[in-house]
Formats: sequence, C-alpha cells, structure tokens
Amino acid sequence: MNRLLMGLAGMLAAPMAFASKWNMPVGVTETSREVYDLHMLIFWICVWIGIGVFGVMFYSVFAHRKSKGAKPADFHESTTVEIIWTVIPFVILIAMAIPAAGTLMRMEDVSGSEMTVKITGYQWMWEYEYLDSDVHFYSRLDRKSDEARQVGSDIDPTTVDNYLLEVDNRVVLPVDTKIRFLLTANDVLHAWWVPDLAIKKDAVPGFVRELWTKIDEPGVYRGQCAELCGRDHGFMPIVVEAVSKADYAKWVAKMGGKTASDAVVDAGTPAATAPTTGAGALYTDKENRVDSDKASDAAKPAAEPTQVASAELGKPALMDAGKKVYAQNCAACHQPNGKGMEAANFPSLHGAPIVKGDPKAQIQQILKGKGAMPPFAYLDDKQIASVITFTRNSWGNDSGVVQPADVKAQR
Amino acid sequence: MSDAHAHDDHHHGPVTLQDGFGKWVMRWISTTNHKDLGTLYLWFSFIMFFVGGAMALVIRAELFEPGMQFVDPEFFNQMTAMHALIMIFGAVMPAFVGLANWMIPMMIGCSDLALPRVNNWGFWILPFAFTILLSTLLVPGGAPAAGWTMYPPLSLQTSNAFPMLIFAIHLMGISSITGAINVVVTILNMRAPGMTLLKMPLFVWTWLITAYLLIAVMPVLAGAVTMLLTDKYFATSFFSASGGGDPVMFQHIFWFFGHPEVYILILPAFGIVSTIIPTFARKSLFGYDSMVYATASIAFLSFIVWAHHMFTAGMPIAAELFFMFSTMLIAVPTGVKVFNWVATMWRGSMTFETPMLFAIAFVFLFTIGGFSGLMLAIAPVDFQYHDTYFVVAHFHYVLVPGAIFAIMGGVYYWLPKWTGVMYNETLGKWHFWLTTIFVNVTFFPMHFSGLAGMPRRIPDYAVQFADFNMIASIGAFGFGFSQLIFLWLVIQVAFFRKGEPATARVWEGAHGLEWTVPSPAPYHTFETPPVVSDAEVTAVHDEEDALRAH
Repeated sequence: MNRLLMGLAGMLAAPMAFASKWNMPVGVTETSREVYDLHMLIFWICVWIGIGVFGVMFYSVFAHRKSKGAKPADFHESTTVEIIWTVIPFVILIAMAIPAAGTLMRMEDVSGSEMTVKITGYQWMWEYEYLDSDVHFYSRLDRKSDEARQVGSDIDPTTVDNYLLEVDNRVVLPVDTKIRFLLTANDVLHAWWVPDLAIKKDAVPGFVRELWTKIDEPGVYRGQCAELCGRDHGFMPIVVEAVSKADYAKWVAKMGGKTASDAVVDAGTPAATAPTTGAGALYTDKENRVDSDKASDAAKPAAEPTQVASAELGKPALMDAGKKVYAQNCAACHQPNGKGMEAANFPSLHGAPIVKGDPKAQIQQILKGKGAMPPFAYLDDKQIASVITFTRNSWGNDSGVVQPADVKAQR
Repeated sequence: MSDAHAHDDHHHGPVTLQDGFGKWVMRWISTTNHKDLGTLYLWFSFIMFFVGGAMALVIRAELFEPGMQFVDPEFFNQMTAMHALIMIFGAVMPAFVGLANWMIPMMIGCSDLALPRVNNWGFWILPFAFTILLSTLLVPGGAPAAGWTMYPPLSLQTSNAFPMLIFAIHLMGISSITGAINVVVTILNMRAPGMTLLKMPLFVWTWLITAYLLIAVMPVLAGAVTMLLTDKYFATSFFSASGGGDPVMFQHIFWFFGHPEVYILILPAFGIVSTIIPTFARKSLFGYDSMVYATASIAFLSFIVWAHHMFTAGMPIAAELFFMFSTMLIAVPTGVKVFNWVATMWRGSMTFETPMLFAIAFVFLFTIGGFSGLMLAIAPVDFQYHDTYFVVAHFHYVLVPGAIFAIMGGVYYWLPKWTGVMYNETLGKWHFWLTTIFVNVTFFPMHFSGLAGMPRRIPDYAVQFADFNMIASIGAFGFGFSQLIFLWLVIQVAFFRKGEPATARVWEGAHGLEWTVPSPAPYHTFETPPVVSDAEVTAVHDEEDALRAH
C-alpha cells in the first residue's frame, strides 16, 4: 500500500516529458500552461457541440425510421433556424479567438530575454551555441539508441533507456530565465520542438527565426525534430536539462569555451587518457550523472588533444579516431560495413573511386557535401583527416594517410 | 459524316468482348462516351486505392512495434510520400471525376460531356502519369522521399526520381484541368430546359465549384514544381537563400494550391452525401440554398487560409492572426452543412441501406475531423499539434471517413443504375461495419499519440507510443483487408451481373433525372433533352411552394 502511494506520488511529481500518454503535456512554462488551457477549452467546446449535434442526429436515426412507421415531414427550409445556427457558431468562435490571440502575441514577444542560444539543425543532429557564454557543442542521438534502431539490430528498444529520446550532449539551461533561441539550419528544414516548453519552430537554412522560453522547474525535457529532414529525421532528438541558476553557472564554467564534440572523438584516441569502455567515456554512466559532472567528463579530456590536433599523427591513431568519427557520422548511410545501400543510393566505399583517388577530392566532398550527402565542415581538421584515413584503409582499401594539415589547407 | 453515322445506327450499344478482344480494347482506348470514361476513371481509382493502401500497410507494419524491423528509414520516407501522392492524385481525385463523368450528364439531362475527346485524353494521361510515378521505386536512389508536400531543400536531394516526379505531377495537373474545364462547360451550357442553376442537384453544384477550384490552383502547383525543377537543374535559386530565394516561399505557393486542393477532395463528397441522405430519409434536403452558398463560401475561404499549414514556419504576428481567424471562419459554413444534413434526417422516414450507412458515418466522422481541424486552427496550440500524429489523425478523418466514405456511399448508391443489378446488401453491410470499425481503430489512437508528442513521418518511435501504434497498425490491416469485400462485391455486379434486377428508380425515395432512365443506364441517354418535372427536382424552395399554393 505504502509503495503504491509512493509510486503514485512519484508519478504525479515526476517532472518528466511525455508524462501523459493520452493528452498534451501541461509543461513547465507559463506559455505551455496557457497553451494547455486553450487546448482543453477548445476540446471541451468541441465535445459539447458534438454531444448536441450527434445527440440530435442519433435520436433521429433511432426515432425517425421507416421501420417504426415514421412518416416523412414536409419542411425543408427555415430562415430563422439557419440564421441562428450561423450566428451562434460565430459567437463561439469569437470567444475562442480572443484568448488565442492573446496567447499568440505573448508567445511571439521575445523582448527582455536574458540570454541567447543559437540552434542550428543538421542532417541529423543539432548544434548549440551559447552566445553569451561561448559554450558550443553538437548534440546527437545517443549511441545506444542508435545501435538499437538499426534494421536487424536485434536489440529490444524497451531495454534502451529513453529509446530515441536521449542525446550525447544535453542542452543545459537555467530555470527562471527568459531564454531567447535563434534558430537556423545548415542543410534542409528542421524543426526544434520540446513539448514541455510548448515551443516549436522550423529551422530554415539561410534564415534565422526567434523563439523563447522561461522554464519554471528543473528537470529533463525531451523533444524531437518535427519537420521531415530526410532519412534520419526520426533520429535527432532534443534533450533539455533545466537546472538552477547556480548549477548553470557551474556548468558554463566547466564547459569554459571548449566544445564537447571534440571530447567525443578525443576521448577514444590514444592521445587521451580517458577510459575507452564501449563507445567512449562520454557514453558511460549517463543516467547517474548530474549536469556538472557531465560537463567535466566532456571538457577535461578535450584540453590535451586539441593542442596536438595540428601535429602529424601516426596511422594507428588516425585509424582509431577515424573509426569512431565514421560510426557517428557516416555509418548511418554508408553502413558500418562500408557497403552503403544501393537501394537508397548510398554508395559503397569498398574500392570506390573517391577513396582510391586524389585525397583532395575526398576532403572537398566531406567539407562541401555532394547531392544527398550533407557537408561535414563542422567536424574539425583532425576528425576529418582521421575519418578519411579510416575509409582509405579499411575494407581492403589501401590509399594512404591524410593529415589534419591537408584538411586545413583545403578549408 | 452522315453516312458514317447512318452506318452506326444499327449498332446501338458499345463494342463488347463478343465482337473480338482487339476491338474491345480499342473501344476503351478510343471511347468518348461519358459512361465508359466514368467507368475507366472509377476502376483506375480503385486500383490506385489498393496500391496506395499497400504502401500504407508497409508504413503500419514498420510502426507496429518500436525498433526498425522491415525497411530502411529512407524507404519508409518513400512510402509516406508515395502513399499520399497516390491516394490524393490517383485514388480520390479520379474517383470524383469518374462519378462526375457518369452522373453529371444524367443529372442535368444532357447526352454527354461537352468535350468528349478532351475527356478521353484527360483520362488516358493518368495511367502514364502513375506509371512514371510508380516506376521511381525502381530507379537508383528510389522514389521521392520528401513527403507529398515536396518542401525544398529536402526535395532537391531527391536523385533520379526527381524529374520523373515533376513530370508525373504535370501530367496529373493537365488531366485534372481538362476534367474540370469539361465539367464547367457541360454544366453551364448543356442543362436540359428547365434545369436552372438553383434546381441542380447538389452533387452538380459542388462539382461546379470544385472545378473552378481545380482550374484556379492546379497551375499554381505546376508553377511551384517547375520552380523546384529549375532550382535543381538550371541553377535558379527560387527557394535557396544562398541565391536570394527562400525555402518558405515554396510552402506559401504550395499551400496556396494545397488548401483549395483539400476542398477539391471534400466538396464533391458533400454533394454525394447531400444526395444520399434525402433519398433514404424520404424528405427533401433541408436548406438547399444555404447548402449552395455554404459550398461557395468554403471555396472562397479556401484561398485565404493557406498559411495555417505553416504556422511554425515563421511569419509576422499579423499574418499569424489573420490566418488563424480566417481558418476559424471555415467552421461557420461547414457547421451549416452538418446542421442541414441533420435537419434533413430529422422527422424523416429513414431506412439504412449501405449508401445511407456510409452517409451517416460520413456526417459523424467527418465532423470529428472538423473538430480537430478547428483545434488546429488555433495558432498558439497548433505549435504543439503541428507535424505530429494529431495532424495525421485529423486529415485522415476528413479524407478516409470523409472523402472515401462518400465515394463508397456514392458507388453503392449508383451501382444498380450503372450495372442494372442490385449489389449484395449483406456483403455491403459487412463492408460498411468492418470499414467503419477499423477506420476508427486505425485513426482514433493517432490523436493520443500525437498529443503525447509523437512527430509524424518518423519510421521508429520512443517506447511510450508503442500501445497506440500497435492498435493503429491492427486497425490499418483490418481496414485494408475489409476493402477486399468491396472489391468482390463490385466485381460480382460489374462483371457477372449477379444480383436482383434493379428497377429504374432503384431507391424508393430517389429523385432526379438519373432515375428516369432504365437500369442499367443505356449507353446513350438524353439524346433529346428530357422534360424536367417537379418530381425530379431535388432542390425545393419555399418561394416556389408558395407560388404553387396560390
């Protein structure tokens, strides 16, 4: 009994996204609560109109049937009735429109924001730049989900925590702060949506859109890309971690201008001293980590290797780093075995001209993209050099080493 | 010329299989008869309904459980895009054109459509258009995968399928425009004496208005996709910011076509339901005039609401408010229609043959789709609904138990007139109840998964959406297989003429010129204009009653 009550209390209190299976989340912002109230208001208006109209209709269906001896009446017009049922809906609509317009205008008012985060959509991940604190990182689908979601992975999604709704680097934001987001995209349309914040807007390449939020409660809020953006549209979630202002300041200090995405790669290279269990240090123990610990995990190993990034690197180091970059950026299309997918026009890299010919062409294609392949210029020189080295020396390919300096020369 | 005509005189009917297979094939290829072309359109639409339905089942099979079981995400996206294109342009629109072909001349008392050769051409474009579209599944890179909305820049990443898609859409557009012009010219010029505009059956009215919508917006779609084509192959940058364009401009142009398009898919359905309900309620349609004006109002409003499909794309607050208010206004004329249908049933003497069952289900379920439409109109809340399964539930409610139920109701209603035999009523009722149950099992749970946060167009989902998706998938397969009953039923009457012979009137409460000709309708009807008697005028006005009383 006690456990049941505890469980119930926990369910009610848990500030989790997607808390309700049946209805829109109430959310954790003033906007989200207003939106929820509007949603319920209009829902109930529709329910009552429905009960009225369908009530009359089904009464008629049961009462006015020939088998019960009903004789058809002769009326077929009534101006009075028709005016009434034109005017009443109109009045109801006005009653809906007034609060809706108020909420809409408040949602579009970004004035008075205290900090700005720039969000860029990529095929298929998000980039976050904290313009006030110089924090910058990429956020993509958690590797466990990514492994499980491959066709024929044989991994049961129910065994993966927050399947498809977990990322490697969460967006950490302070509560009780009006935060402005600047939203754009690098390749195609995306849409940034977190239901608990009740904000959704399209990320349009070449344009910047504004939206804002002010989160009331600390917690983890999950969302997804909401605009079809190609093959892996379903696999670029958003995870917002709202923390107290003090914890946020600590997080920023820990992140200190270093990019977390460097850490992702470097954690697994020989140059880094971080443990290399599984897919790399960053992917272990995620669920138990509090935000500040996470930042230290991400930031610490980054410090050392970035200094050696421009130096000449040995082939084993490049191959090792390249394998990880490949798994995170390339394998979705070209497949982990490098054979690509003919049906989807994702070419095989086994003996492909691009990985056998002039490395300059391959560097160029990775920096600029080609056809359905998006540009990967946001990867750093070492990441690109290592992944090129990896593809040129795997699966029977044997086409030499590319150094970060070669990539830098072509930027 | 007159000789040739005299020569034909001894052979009143069409060429049949007994005259030889080659001749029979040529009859269908070269036919200019509105009934033949109506039949061709309807069969074409029926085939496309199963093709598009098979794609839907691929989608629902993949979504049956979380995790990727059957298809690659890219192929999943191809299925969603192709399912929509085929159902909209291949199934629903040709079905309405087929019904228009068969019924409009018989309803207004003329011998054929005004432009019979154009009619033939309009139909025979379609098999080519859809062969091209479907063959994209076989080209390297696969079929279009950017949704039926084809938003750039994503659609510009389509590989070899891209020019085929654009060309197929151009062909479909040409076909629709020829059909629409034919309907307008026929209705405005070829009505029997006495068939004034405000005496026309509602199906004719709704099609007249639909035809104007088609003529107005299909060229807009053609322009939009041509701009995509030049952006991809001829270095223009209409939709690319790097060259001074704007991807969102495509959305504005597309939805300026797209919103009237969704009314193209529903207005003829209103006409069918407005025809069926009075017949089986044995009572005149309530508020005929207001039905006509409501249809015209909806058509007008359809041109000024397009941006409600793109509230999240980013636009000035004034525009958001305008499109929110204009969209909400649509509820008024739509409400008038629903109230009129209910008032038509009220104190009638109803029987519930299959067409009536479909019509009543239409009123009930289409209205549910209307309610979710009203909710979607509220811009601040739409930010939560947009691009989720709530939207998927909404438009399937207005398109499946909306447009498609009306089409099925219409087919049951007129099938005895077309074939001369009554369909199997027991099978018809089985088909109706299974379809109605499964359509709700399929689409109702999508409201919940959408509200709880499941985006649309995703091949895999978080585990909390598993229950509703499993239910929806079960419903989809049930719905799909229930349609085989319909297919069997139609084959029985259309090919084997199995069933009780139908009378000319067919239904006790039916009025209209189409019921004055024998069943099956002769190959040529109303070669001399009929006399339009009061009994066959489905439109009843108080002023005339008042005059008659004097």
